[in-house]
Amino acid sequence: MATRHIISIGDFDRSGIDRLLDHAQQIDRKKYDKNALNGKILAVLFFEPSTRTRMSFESAIAKLGGTSLSVGSVDACSMAKGETLADTIRVVSGYADAIVIRHPKEGAARLAAEFATVPVINAGDGAGQHPSQTLLDLYTIRQSMPIDKIDVALVGDLRYGRTAHSLASALSLYNARLHTLSPTGLELPDTLVAELADKGMEIVNHDSIDEMIGLVDVLYVTRIQRERFPDSASYFNVASSYRITPELLSDAKDHLIVLHPLPRVDEIDPRVDESPHARYFEQSKNGVPVRMAMLMDVMQ
Amino acid sequence: MTHTGTADENERLLIRRIKNGTVIDHIDGGEALNVVKILGITGATQEALSIATNVPSRDMERKDIVKLTNRELSKEEVDRIALISPHATINIIRNFKVCEKKGVEIPTLIEGIVRCPNPGCISNTNEPIQSKFRVLSKGLCCYYCDWVITKDLTSYII
Repeated sequence: MATRHIISIGDFDRSGIDRLLDHAQQIDRKKYDKNALNGKILAVLFFEPSTRTRMSFESAIAKLGGTSLSVGSVDACSMAKGETLADTIRVVSGYADAIVIRHPKEGAARLAAEFATVPVINAGDGAGQHPSQTLLDLYTIRQSMPIDKIDVALVGDLRYGRTAHSLASALSLYNARLHTLSPTGLELPDTLVAELADKGMEIVNHDSIDEMIGLVDVLYVTRIQRERFPDSASYFNVASSYRITPELLSDAKDHLIVLHPLPRVDEIDPRVDESPHARYFEQSKNGVPVRMAMLMDVMQ
Repeated sequence: MTHTGTADENERLLIRRIKNGTVIDHIDGGEALNVVKILGITGATQEALSIATNVPSRDMERKDIVKLTNRELSKEEVDRIALISPHATINIIRNFKVCEKKGVEIPTLIEGIVRCPNPGCISNTNEPIQSKFRVLSKGLCCYYCDWVITKDLTSYII
């Protein structure tokens, strides 16, 4: 049987996503075998910093009875000596039953899948794909409402934000309408917009958050990185105009949920945390059951 | 009366017949040099190479022709041409006779011919891989990073 990898959300059709989210829901309700991956080893190869993704994968394998191996910091591994990723993957395939990889280069996970003899899960490759984040985003939405035909707003850095790209692609399978709000120069890439339009997705671009807030069911906020701006003043100017506050949310639909892949910096006022709209910490917690379902999918 | 000659006669005047090799005909006008490039034929080639560009044609307004002596191109090689000149025809010549005549078919996957324009793509590093693109109706899609080339394909030929 061919080795199963999870590299891109595009590798899934709608029924595949639904099946995995159903499985995550069963796990969330504690209906799973705690020894399902007993004796299995997950190699955690992170060539970029991560807190949530890495720890939730480690938590996921531990809850299923398996263990994880990691290379520690990038400086401490053989890639610092000039070893290619292809060689690293071939070697690590001999030590583990699956590999979860995060890498700064786009396409790194697909390359890893070519050289690995065990399943590979992409945990983020540059500005490319981050399928496990998308699956937990969808799972969190589904906890509050059916995903079909909802209005979802993507706010922030939509050019470089891989989580926004993957989520937009996945939502096109559910006939969702997309609303976008981003600083000039950080809009969704043209190629992605064309691809989504080809799939029949309606995309509405907005100029202000005030005009958009009453229209949407999900507000997906992403971090605007300071280094994208020429100086601090222009960054703060933009960041303040995108800030989510309790006052802004007073004009939102009652059932609106606010999501953020985290870490947040200035995008969401901490006072929003107490609001019934806030779901970003729940979203982060959902990373564990969703990644448990993913590990069982490829390792069993 | 001035004799201007037919398109075929003009063609014969421009390039001599070859005894053995490959004639690539009906290349879109102006694309011959890119065809040579996409076939990986460089100045260091041992074969005699003749190129005629912007030749008047009955079927096309103008066409280019490439003749390569003593080398029969494989199907995989000639199909690459379809990416930039889908109407091209290939004639395999043996002892001055056309032994095989075929069109070009757009391949579904091309490897090692086109460089990914995305500087952040893993295929632009020292990894032991060749560039790889899926051929889609909208353009060429990088197998690794999903970058889509929709125009100026020839500027990315390796």
